[in-house]
Amino acid sequence: MEVVQMQRRFVEYAASLFREGFLDGQFTQLQQLQDESNPDFVVEVVSLFFEDSEKLLNDLSRALDQQNVDFKRVDSHVHQLKGSSSSIGAQRVKNACIAFRNYCEEQNTDACLSCLQQVKQEYSLVKSKLETLFRVSARSLLLKDKTNLESGFQTSFSKSDC
Amino acid sequence: MRGKGSSSSKISTLIVDDDPIIRRIHKVLLTKVGLETQVVENGKKAVDLYHSGASFDLILMDLEMAIMDGPKATKELRAMGVQSMIVGVTARDLEVEKQMFMASGLNDCYVKPLTTDTVTALVKKLKKDN
Repeated sequence: MEVVQMQRRFVEYAASLFREGFLDGQFTQLQQLQDESNPDFVVEVVSLFFEDSEKLLNDLSRALDQQNVDFKRVDSHVHQLKGSSSSIGAQRVKNACIAFRNYCEEQNTDACLSCLQQVKQEYSLVKSKLETLFRVSARSLLLKDKTNLESGFQTSFSKSDC
Repeated sequence: MRGKGSSSSKISTLIVDDDPIIRRIHKVLLTKVGLETQVVENGKKAVDLYHSGASFDLILMDLEMAIMDGPKATKELRAMGVQSMIVGVTARDLEVEKQMFMASGLNDCYVKPLTTDTVTALVKKLKKDN
């Protein structure tokens, strides 16, 4: 049945993201917080993360492009990015930020630029994977809604689906 | 402005954090456990709230914030005679950092974001103390 297949796709895809280290337990915590009173909580928080990260990555590029790099400023941006990636469970982005901070301390511009590339890459990957996850989830919910309309089943992108 | 003599029997909390993601997560987390929440972005706003007569059963205080950080705000609140439970939240699990923060007058300190288990334990503690 199409709905079951779609749901299985979602579960398998989500599981692969955890397995490959893109997401960690903190993402699960977010899923657990989602309920009828906060039905879009996960998407909402992840969207905040996307907004925040894009701004921080731009700020970082600019800061490292200066003649005299202000490493304190760079470190502060990386700290913020580490915090927000950690809050949504974007493990690989968080780990890339940890490495980045070490080079900020050493005031090594070249190493920092290389770390920035790494962080951008990890961010790009997790963003596309999360967008795919939300698409698969939305599709499976739409099908579920369609199928269960008469039964009045509740739908949500919740932990129970994982 | 909420005073201590509020008719609501719910535990009141103040979330003090400069990160909008953490503010959102903690607000939902605390609300889910049945607590009333208010949110501010830095330590100065928290101190101002108390100056204006507001009071909360529990404060979640972030360590690093612009304008006024966690330790400074905590010291000021304690100096004002504030007895609320103040729980620090830090981004890193560094013993040195936590100890420094605790020394400013915290009741406890955790790495953020908080988990449901930690919040449930805090609520138990609060209910016992009351």
